[in-house]
Amino acid sequence: MIIGTSPTDIGGRSVRARLAAVVAGYGALAVGACIGAPLIGSTHISLARALDRSIPFANNVDAQIFFVARMPRVLTGAVAGAALAAAGVVMQALLRNPLATPFTLGVSAGAALGAILVITFGSVVAVGAISPVPLASLIGAVAASAIVYTLATRPGRTISTTVLLLAGVTLNAFFSAVILFVQYLADFTQTYRTVRWLMGDLDVGSFGPVLASLPLLVPAFAVFAVLPRSLNLLSVGTDTAATRGVDVGRTQRLAFLSASLATAAAVSLAGPIGFVGIIVPHLVRLMVGVDHRLVLPASALFGVAFLVGCDVVSRTIMAPVEVPVGVVTAMVGGPFFLWLLVRRS
Amino acid sequence: MAAGTQKLIAAARVIALLCAIAATAVTAAAPRVFAQRGSDAIAARVVSLVPNVTEMLFAVGAGSQVVAVSSYDDFPPAVKSLPRVGALLDPDMERIFSLRPDLVIVYGSQTELETQLGRVGIRAYPYRHGGIESTLQSIRDVARLTGHAAEGEQLVSRLRAQLDAVRTRVRGRPRPRTMLVIGRDPGTLRGVYASAGVGFLHELLELAGGSDVFGDIQREAVQPSNETILARAPDVIIEAAAGERPSDDVFRRERGVWNVLTSIPAVRNKRVYLLYGSYLVAAGPRLGEAAAAYARTLHPDAFK
Repeated sequence: MIIGTSPTDIGGRSVRARLAAVVAGYGALAVGACIGAPLIGSTHISLARALDRSIPFANNVDAQIFFVARMPRVLTGAVAGAALAAAGVVMQALLRNPLATPFTLGVSAGAALGAILVITFGSVVAVGAISPVPLASLIGAVAASAIVYTLATRPGRTISTTVLLLAGVTLNAFFSAVILFVQYLADFTQTYRTVRWLMGDLDVGSFGPVLASLPLLVPAFAVFAVLPRSLNLLSVGTDTAATRGVDVGRTQRLAFLSASLATAAAVSLAGPIGFVGIIVPHLVRLMVGVDHRLVLPASALFGVAFLVGCDVVSRTIMAPVEVPVGVVTAMVGGPFFLWLLVRRS
Repeated sequence: MAAGTQKLIAAARVIALLCAIAATAVTAAAPRVFAQRGSDAIAARVVSLVPNVTEMLFAVGAGSQVVAVSSYDDFPPAVKSLPRVGALLDPDMERIFSLRPDLVIVYGSQTELETQLGRVGIRAYPYRHGGIESTLQSIRDVARLTGHAAEGEQLVSRLRAQLDAVRTRVRGRPRPRTMLVIGRDPGTLRGVYASAGVGFLHELLELAGGSDVFGDIQREAVQPSNETILARAPDVIIEAAAGERPSDDVFRRERGVWNVLTSIPAVRNKRVYLLYGSYLVAAGPRLGEAAAAYARTLHPDAFK
């Protein structure tokens, strides 16, 4: 996206070296979390027995707990954590606002509206392999993004971040009001299911939902891979970026669409799990600095470890009763973030 | 909207149960007091905001005294023609007052409504959800308040006889470890709710000759993860849904979602049952039928 050389390329080699170090470090953390998490749970299982091929899978409780209950769950946490954290980085750069989250522009409110409509009025019929609530939340998320995008963009012009932010915040408020109205029409069980959905849940029970989210996540992450250099300039200012040869409008559109896609996929998969998209990027920035070429991949990897770790807490701390994972991310993430801020200043 | 409304009504019993769970949680510590003003007067105009208490009123012969019911009432069929005055979260005060009741059945947690009724001198009966004994006591209470004490006692004896008959049928039989599911997201194994070690569903299940797999958890309901379900490995899974039995296609798919958890004895031995009917989850005069339905499911041989 950048034509010619850019001043941010000064010390390009050292950035490459740091990138390798960052990816190795955070990658190890993410991989460690994904390997460790399936070994921990509310039940004690024997890994040897779980992997023992001589016992038929149908009769092997340990194997079923490991492969049916835990693995899809850890994978869901990894995918949702990476998507939310990376989307948070992109949103913060796009809006040039450190308080932006993946949910700032109405994606989660749209998803929540879709989910609650199906929970309240929906039929019991699933569409193929995809169950109705995730599908409806995905449609809601995409619709919300489409509305904000249409409102904030003019052909051939750069996006006004102010308009984008205002449109997103207004849409959030409006959808929240509609949600309250629908909840008023809903009965107690439906309201409870909605509230529970809003707290996030990674217990998907099969690999199907994760696979179903890949068609959205793969293009989103492909765009994330080429964005960082433009984001560095964009976060300084649109004029600066334009004078340095960044196609600002195109970068903004790509950033918005990829972040929305990743958020929509994560929310439809696991519910609107809060704090991941704001805490992880900030923690990572405190550790690696502000260069998006490092922050973006590091955040995605740290998001994996963070959400997978929080889910381990969620399913073990009060076992056999579970604490919703969104509650854990808030309770773990909030104080930790504050502590880091205080420690730094 | 029509389908939605239908679903609202169909889910009424589960709602009543869950409302009551919430209500019990909130008010468990509160002393059991209700306005005794003019306590001996027989209530002639009753508004019931609690569907299973509405059932009790009709069962003790106080049906003709009921002037309005909650938004979720659907049993007995006679309630369908009665005015609806809201429910736990949205009681319509104005309509309730305008019907000039002398007794209003409220949830134990609706303390504000109780206070307001007290202020205008209308008696309130705060219903609290509990076990079988507390359900029978509620029947006695509302029977007495409406001048049907004798019918109330008769109904309680009849229910006790029904429960005893079920108990006798299953006596001495092995008690399969059973998970009683009272809620689940359609088409998936997400959002599973199961009865745990407290409350009338737990007591019904144990009485019907099952051993509750979550009996050790001192709550009315738990939301077990797939892992917990696998680890607890129930011998029998019973899903009790308040609505009507769906089409065969939907039924097969809903029954089929359990098939991924093959290591669970209930799945392996094809002992996953989906039961439909509001009586299965209503703490009221039909609990004898519910106990019999659970017992027949758990011990089909005992009913041959």
